[in-house]
Amino acid sequence: MVNVDERFMEVSMGPQHPSTHGVLRLLVRTDGEVLTAARPYIGYLHRALEKIAERVTYPQFTPFTDRLDYLASMNCNLAYAMTVEKLLNIEIPRRAQIIRVIMAELNRISSHLIAFGSFSSDMGAFTPFLFGIREREFINDLFEMTCGSRLTYNYIRIGGVSKDLPEGFIDKAKEFLDYFPGKLKEYNELLSYNAIFIKRLANIAVITPEDALDYGVTGPNLRASGIKWDLRREEPYLIYNELDFDIPIGRGEMGTIGDAWDRYMMRIYEMEQSTKIVKQCLDMLAPGDYTAKVPKVLKPPAGEVYVRAENPRGELGFYLISDGSTKPYRLKIRAPSFANLSILPKLAKGVMIADLIAIIGSLDIILPEIDR
Amino acid sequence: MGILEDRLPDNILFTTVDKFLNWSKKNSLWYMLFATACCGIELMQTGASRYDLDRFGSVFRATPRQSDLMIVAGTITHKMADRVKRLYDQMPSPKYVIAMGSCANTGGPFYKDSYSVLKGVDKIIPVDVYVPGCPPKPEALIEGIIKLQQKIMQEKNLVKK
Amino acid sequence: MEPKGIYDILSKTFSSKIKQFLENTFPPTIIVESSAIVDVCKFLKNEEGLNFTSLMCLSGVDLKDQGKMAVVYHLFSITHRHKIALKVEIDRNEPHVPTVEGVWATANWYEREAYDLFGIIFDGHSDLRRILMPDDWEGYPMRKDYVYPKKYHTWDV
Repeated sequence: MVNVDERFMEVSMGPQHPSTHGVLRLLVRTDGEVLTAARPYIGYLHRALEKIAERVTYPQFTPFTDRLDYLASMNCNLAYAMTVEKLLNIEIPRRAQIIRVIMAELNRISSHLIAFGSFSSDMGAFTPFLFGIREREFINDLFEMTCGSRLTYNYIRIGGVSKDLPEGFIDKAKEFLDYFPGKLKEYNELLSYNAIFIKRLANIAVITPEDALDYGVTGPNLRASGIKWDLRREEPYLIYNELDFDIPIGRGEMGTIGDAWDRYMMRIYEMEQSTKIVKQCLDMLAPGDYTAKVPKVLKPPAGEVYVRAENPRGELGFYLISDGSTKPYRLKIRAPSFANLSILPKLAKGVMIADLIAIIGSLDIILPEIDR
Repeated sequence: MGILEDRLPDNILFTTVDKFLNWSKKNSLWYMLFATACCGIELMQTGASRYDLDRFGSVFRATPRQSDLMIVAGTITHKMADRVKRLYDQMPSPKYVIAMGSCANTGGPFYKDSYSVLKGVDKIIPVDVYVPGCPPKPEALIEGIIKLQQKIMQEKNLVKK
Repeated sequence: MEPKGIYDILSKTFSSKIKQFLENTFPPTIIVESSAIVDVCKFLKNEEGLNFTSLMCLSGVDLKDQGKMAVVYHLFSITHRHKIALKVEIDRNEPHVPTVEGVWATANWYEREAYDLFGIIFDGHSDLRRILMPDDWEGYPMRKDYVYPKKYHTWDV
C-alpha cells in the first residue's frame, strides 16, 4: 500500500504548457492553491550541441550558436566569434565592430519585446503581446534586409560580419528608432503602471543580492536586485567604452527591491537604453572593411579561453579548449538561463500557482539555452 | 458521421453534403500550441499581428482536447517523443498534423551528429503536410495550411470510399 | 589582484595541495589537488582581498589520451573584479571529486550536468541524478569513446 499524504497534491505542469516558455516540466506540490515545493525537470530539448561542436569545424559551428538562444541570435553568434577570435588573436576592423554593436542592440530590443509580450500574455492580458510582435516585425524587416533571415541569422562570423549593410538600412533604422520611444510610452501607460498588474507582481519572489550572486543569476535579474553590474560597462568589448548609456538598476519603486515588477521593468528601461546606443552607432558609421582577413582553414593555436558577453538574458560564456586542429576539443556553453532557473525552487515556496507563472515569466528563461 | 459513414451511394446529393462538411471543417482548424524550439517563435508570429492566422478561422488552443490540428514546430528529442505520442492520442478525431521546419521533418541540422534528436516526427505520429525551412517563413507556413485545407476538401465522409 | 598574487597566497596557505600555475590560458589556471578543492574554494570565497563571490562556470573535460578527467571551475569576484580558473584532475576510471555545493549554490546544477554527461561522481552532493538525458539512458554521452546506441525505446537513435 503506497503511503500517500492526503494533504498535498502533486501536479505535473508538463512539458507542453502554454506558459512555461518552452518545454519545461515542473513538478509542483500544492496544499490547496498554495505551493509547498516546485521542482524543475529539464532536458526535453537537449540536442547535444556540445558533442556536435567536437565534430564540426569552427566556422561550421556558427549556425548552431544561433539555435542556442534564438531570440538573441546575434548576441550568441557574437559571443562565439569573440571566443575564437581571442584564441586566434586577430583585430576586427572598426566598421565591423560598429555593425556588430548595432545588430546586437537591435536584437536586445526584439528579445525584450518578446519577453514583455509573453509575460503579459501569461498574466492574462493578451493585447500587449500583439503590440510587441508588431514592433518586432519592423526589426525583423531590418534583419531580413541585411542577412536574409528573420530568426536565425548566422550573420556575425569569426573575423567580422558576413555581408555589409545594404542600401537604405540606415534610413529605415533611423525611422524605426524615431517611432519606437512613443511605443514604449504606450506600453507603460497600458501595462507597467496598471494597478492590477502592480498588485500581481509587487513583493512577489524577491531575490536578495546575496542569493543572486550565490545562485549565479545574471543579466536584468541581477540588476533588478540592486547590483549595478553590466559586462558592457565593466569589461567592455567591441566599442562599448566609447558609447554613452546608463545601467538601470532596481529601486523597489512598487514594492521591495528585487521583486518581479522590478525585473519586468528592467527590460523596459533597457529597451530605452538600447535605442540610445543604436542611434549613436548609426552616426558613427564610416566606410571601411566589414571583415578581417581570416584564413580559409581555421587552425587556432592550442590553448584554453573563457570569454563572456552580455546577452539580453544574462551572461553567456564559452569555454573553449583547442588542441591545434580544425575542430574544437571541448566547447562548454555557459548559458544564462541555466543559472537563472536554478533559483526557482527557492523562490517558489509559499506562493500561489498563479504567482508561479509570474515568477517564471519575470525570470525570462528560454529552454534551448538551458538544455543545449 | 458515425453510423452514416461510408455507407451511402456516390450521387449528387451526398457528395454535396460531403463537400459542405469538408468546407466547414477546413475553415475552422483550431491548432494546438506545440512549440518546442525556434520554429515556435515563427508559429507565434504567424498567429500574431502581421500574418494573421485568425483570418483562416484558426485560433490557438492550449489543450489537445479542444484542437483539430497539431503543428509540430521545433526539434523533438527522445525524451520528448513519448509525450508527443501521448498528446496526439489525446486529440479527438478528425485530427491532422503539420510537421513544421527541418527538425520536425527529418531531424534538421542535428541529423548527423546528435545522439538525442528524433530524426523526424513521422517516426511516431502520421503527418499530413511537411513544411520545409529553418525556420520557415510565415508565408510558407500559411501555404502549408492552405495545402492542408485542399487535402481536407478531397476527403470522403459519408459516401463510400 | 594579479593571478600570480592569488597563486602565491594559495601556495602559502595550502602548500602541497596546489600543484601548478598555467599562465597562458585566459584566465590563468591553478591546478589543485582534488581532496583540497572544497577548502580552497571556501578560502577563496571568504578571504578578505580575494572574495570570489561567483562561480561563473563549472565544466567537465575528458582528457582521454592522458587517462584523466578534469573539472574546471571559473571563478570571479564582483568586488575586486578579478578572475581565476581552478582545475582538478582525477582518474578516468574512478572519477570522484568532493562537491562545492556548500560554497556556491549554483554548483548544484552544474555538477549534476557533469555527472550526467561525463560520469564524474561528486561526493557529498545532495541530489546527484541525471538532468539533461532521460532517466533510463545508458552511458555518459560526452565521453570521447562513447558509442551511439542503435535504438531507444522503439525507434532508432
